[in-house]
Amino acid sequence: MCLGIPGKIVSVTDGEDIYRMGTIDFSGVRKEISLAYVPEAQVGDYVVVHAGFAISVVDEEEANQVFEYLKEMEELASGSDTVS
Amino acid sequence: MKFVDEYRDPAAARHFVRAIKSTLTRPRSIMEICGGQTHAIVKFGLDQLLPSSLTLVHGPGCPVCVTPVEMINKAIEIALQPDAILCSFGDMLRVPGSQRDLFSVKAQGGDARIVYSPLDALKIARANPNKQVVFFAVGFETTAPNNAMAVYQAKRENLENFSLLVAHVCVPPAMEAILSSLDNQVEGFLAAGHVCAVMGYREYEPIAQKYHTPIVVTGFEPLDILQGIALCIKQLEEGRAEVENPYVRAVRPDGNLAAKKILAQVFCPGPRVWRGIGEIPDSGLHLTEEYSFFDAEMRFGLAEALRANAASECISGSILRGIKKPHECPAFGVRCTPEQPLGAPMVSNEGACAAYYRYRRHATKGN
Ligand code: SF4
Repeated sequence: MCLGIPGKIVSVTDGEDIYRMGTIDFSGVRKEISLAYVPEAQVGDYVVVHAGFAISVVDEEEANQVFEYLKEMEELASGSDTVS
Repeated sequence: MKFVDEYRDPAAARHFVRAIKSTLTRPRSIMEICGGQTHAIVKFGLDQLLPSSLTLVHGPGCPVCVTPVEMINKAIEIALQPDAILCSFGDMLRVPGSQRDLFSVKAQGGDARIVYSPLDALKIARANPNKQVVFFAVGFETTAPNNAMAVYQAKRENLENFSLLVAHVCVPPAMEAILSSLDNQVEGFLAAGHVCAVMGYREYEPIAQKYHTPIVVTGFEPLDILQGIALCIKQLEEGRAEVENPYVRAVRPDGNLAAKKILAQVFCPGPRVWRGIGEIPDSGLHLTEEYSFFDAEMRFGLAEALRANAASECISGSILRGIKKPHECPAFGVRCTPEQPLGAPMVSNEGACAAYYRYRRHATKGN
């Protein structure tokens, strides 16, 4: 969980922003995490967690960027890609 | 697992490795700053897939490793007080102080507890009004806002029995210290994705320019790391030195504004001593005047450094600056093991020595 593995928010407590907590599911392991720093996060969102706090909501659309970059490289390299 | 498995795809990883091989024209050294990335690199054997002319230098990005022995001694002092409870992350309890570690203090009846979050320490303080509860606040800009939130809440609740033993460090001054040192070999950086998720990456831009060094914001999965390396090499080969952010799924240019806001209220920059490196100006975070009531060093009268004799054999200073690799330490795996560590890099989950011990034991091909 310390290495940036995102977890899914499965429930959120009501309350003032700085005290808002959520249950996060890390593929089966559940933890109570502070949502104080991701006021926009909702149930169903994936968040990156560090030391008990969600620090970032994972952007679904941006998540494919690395694969697009790979595709671009493949196109650039096509034909000359003989190095193994 | 969503957002994990796809970033571990071996075919995609091979493609990145091919791209790196075909771009690289001469030997290069790149530093991954974050110990979490060091672990991923060694665990997945990424460095062994890469050409031998590319050296991955392991950086100082492990908060447990860079916390000086003096601070461990102070934590031990606190844990020995009869009415105090010292809370910290598990690794900190195993780091040797001058004479002993926090675990042995615990065995002798001192109250040192492992917590997962600073908010857990706050809970302990609320539940134990007759005890002084201290959280050993180590970590980079990623962890600092969390600890800031703990004292922010404590102040709001007028909780008088909670305080922080602050040992926070900041990444950019450490990067500058590395780049400006005479024996520096680092030509490019993989910046720590977590830190950038909180702080954004604008403050890296002047560093990239001043030292003409590419800085690529990098995540923690194998594809993230390989992509970070590929982009860094591409910049070096093209003579560019920019800040690039391929870790867009988690990192925005300005970082996490809510976290930065509380951070700036509770902490301000100041000098900090790094283990093995020495004092770096403005490289630490200290409680602001408004929050100085929550400073455990003042509360327990520990502001004067407790002199420390670090284990002389440990070469952690060279490891943390990327000058030596763990297996080059004569004590590595012989007199220093995770069960009986001589230095912090063998203790911590993010320490380079522990990573090598766990996944590599004896490194090959000079990486
Ligand atoms: S192997 Fe042990 S003694 Fe050597 S540098 Fe690492 S922590 Fe220090």
